[in-house]
Amino acid sequence: MAEFWRRFRRNLGAVIGLAILALIGLTAILAPVLFPFSPWEMRGIPFMPPGEAGFLLGSDSLGRDVAAGIAHGTYVSLLVGGVSTAAALAIGITLGAVAGYAAGRVDDAIMRFTEFFQTIPSFVLAVVLVAIFTPSISSIVIAIAIVSWPPVTRVVRAEFLSLRSREFVQAAEVLGRSRIAIILTEILPNALSPIIVLSSLMVATAILLESALSFLGLGDPNLMSWGFMIGSGRSVIRLAWWMSVFPGIAIFLTVLALNLVGEGLNDALNPRLARRRGALPA
Amino acid sequence: MGAGALAAFLAQRTVKAAFVILGVVVFQFVLIRLAPGDPASVIAGQSGAADPLFMAQLREQFGLDRPLWEQLLIYLRDILTLDLGFSHRQQRTVASLIGERLPATLLLTGAAFAFALIGGVALGVAASRRVGRPADSAITVIALTFYATPIFWVGLLLVLVFSVWLEWLPSFGMFTVGADLTGLAHALDVAKHLILPALTLGLFFLAIYARLARASMLEVADQDFVRTARAKGVPEGRIVRVHVLRNALLPVITFAGIQAGQLVGGSILVETVFAWPGIGRLAFEALLARDYAVLLGVFFCTAVMVVVFNLVTDLLYAVVDPRVEVA
Repeated sequence: MAEFWRRFRRNLGAVIGLAILALIGLTAILAPVLFPFSPWEMRGIPFMPPGEAGFLLGSDSLGRDVAAGIAHGTYVSLLVGGVSTAAALAIGITLGAVAGYAAGRVDDAIMRFTEFFQTIPSFVLAVVLVAIFTPSISSIVIAIAIVSWPPVTRVVRAEFLSLRSREFVQAAEVLGRSRIAIILTEILPNALSPIIVLSSLMVATAILLESALSFLGLGDPNLMSWGFMIGSGRSVIRLAWWMSVFPGIAIFLTVLALNLVGEGLNDALNPRLARRRGALPA
Repeated sequence: MGAGALAAFLAQRTVKAAFVILGVVVFQFVLIRLAPGDPASVIAGQSGAADPLFMAQLREQFGLDRPLWEQLLIYLRDILTLDLGFSHRQQRTVASLIGERLPATLLLTGAAFAFALIGGVALGVAASRRVGRPADSAITVIALTFYATPIFWVGLLLVLVFSVWLEWLPSFGMFTVGADLTGLAHALDVAKHLILPALTLGLFFLAIYARLARASMLEVADQDFVRTARAKGVPEGRIVRVHVLRNALLPVITFAGIQAGQLVGGSILVETVFAWPGIGRLAFEALLARDYAVLLGVFFCTAVMVVVFNLVTDLLYAVVDPRVEVA
C-alpha cells in the first residue's frame, strides 16, 4: 500500500486530480448545508449576473440560484457515475470472466456480442433506451451501464486468457476446486489492477454521458443536474452566459480530475506499462 | 496484398457489417416489445391520436395477432426494404424524413472528421519531432482538456465567443434564412454556417488523433527500417513522410473506425446546439414530440452510417498498409 501511494504521488497530475475530487465530494456532502433549500426554489430576481443580489454564480431565467443548482447537482452526477459504472463492471466482468475462462465457442459467442455493442453508436442507443423507458434516474443508470460494459469485457477476458494457464490456477484445478471458486478467488484478484484503472475512466465517461442525456432533456425530471442546467441556459445564452458556463466548468473539473486520477492509478498499478501508454482508451 | 486477397478481405468485412445491421434490427424489435405498453402505443399512442380504432388498425398493421417469430420476419422485411415506419406526428414516412436530413449530417460529420484527421495527424507529427518541449506538452494538455469537456458545452462556448461577443460567425442553422442565395454565394453561406459546428465536433477527435499520431510516430521512428533509410542517406523530410508517417497512420485509422459511433453520436448533440438541420436535430425534435418511430429510424440510420464508415476505414487501412492480412 505504501509502495502504491509512493508511485501514485510521483504523478503530480494525479495528486491534483485527487485533491479536486476530494473538494467535489465535499461539495456533494455539504450541498444541503451550504444551500439549505431546494435547487428548484425561486430565490430572487431572474437573470442576475454572478455576484449580484446575493447570487454567487448568478440566477437563472426563473430566479433560481445557479450555485445551489451546481452544488445539489454534484450529488446526482457522482451517484449516476458511480452506480452505472458498478453495474457496467458487473456485466463486463461476468461476461469477460466466462469468455476468458471457458474459451472456445463460448468465448467466440460472447466476443461477437461484445463487438456488436461496441460497433453500434452508443450515445444514440442510450438516448433511445432512456426515451423509450421514460427518463428517470434508474433508466439513465441502466442505459449508461448497457452502453459502457464492452471495454470491461475485453480487458477482463484478456487477463483471464493469460492467467488461466498459469501454475497457481492449474494447482487449484488439480486440488479439485470448483470453477466459480477458481474464478473468484484465484484469477479475479490478479486481474484487478486494469479493472480499477478502467473504472475510474468509466466513471468520468458516465458523468459525461449523463450530462449529455440531461442536456437533451432526458434527465430525471425530479433531480437537478449539470447537463439540465446547461440545456436550460442554451436558448438564453446571449442574455445569461453564466447559466451555461458554470455548470460546464463543474463537469469539466470532475471529469478531468477522474481522468488524472485514472492515469495516476495506471502509473501506480502497472509500473511497467505506465510510460508506454500514449493512447487514451475508447 | 493482391487484388484477390483485398477483395476477399473486403467481402469478409461486408458480411460482418451485414450481421451487425441484422443485429440492430433484431435489437430494435426486442426493444419495442420490451417497452412499457404494447408496440402500437409505443410507436403511435403518444403521438396524440390514440383512439381505439386507430390503435386496432396499428395492431393489425404490426401483425400483433401473429406469432412472435412471424412478427420479427415482417419487421425485418420492412426495414430491409427501407420501410422505417410512419411518423404520425409529421404525417410522413420516417424514411423520407431521414432522407431529407441525411445530407446535412453527412456534410457535418465529414467536415469534422476531415478536420480532425488532418489537423490531428499534423499536430501529432509536430509534437513527435519536439518531444518534451513546450509545444509537445501543450498538445498533451489540450488533448486532456478536450477529453474532459462535454461536446455540447464546447459548442455553446464557441457560440458565446464567436457569435455573441465577436459577431464573426453565425450560430444557428445551415444557411441564412430568407437570403435565397444561389451557386457560389450559397456554398459560401453554408460554409460559414458549417465552421462552428464542424469545429465543435472535430476538436475532441483532433485531440485524440494528435496523441495517437504522436505516440505511434515515436514508436515507428525507433524501428530498424527507419534507421536503414537514414543510413542510406534518405533526406529527413522524406523519411518522416514516406517511412514513418505511413506506418504511424495505421493506429489512427484503426481508432477512427472504432470511434465512428462516437462521431455520429456527437453529431446529435452538436446539431442540437447549432440547430443544424440533420438527423441529429431530427432525433432531438422526435424526443420533444415523443415520436419514437422517428427516433428508432434515426438509430437505425446512425448504425448503418457507422458500419459503412467502418468499411471505409478497413479499405483505407488496406490501402495504407501493404502488410494487412485477412484475419
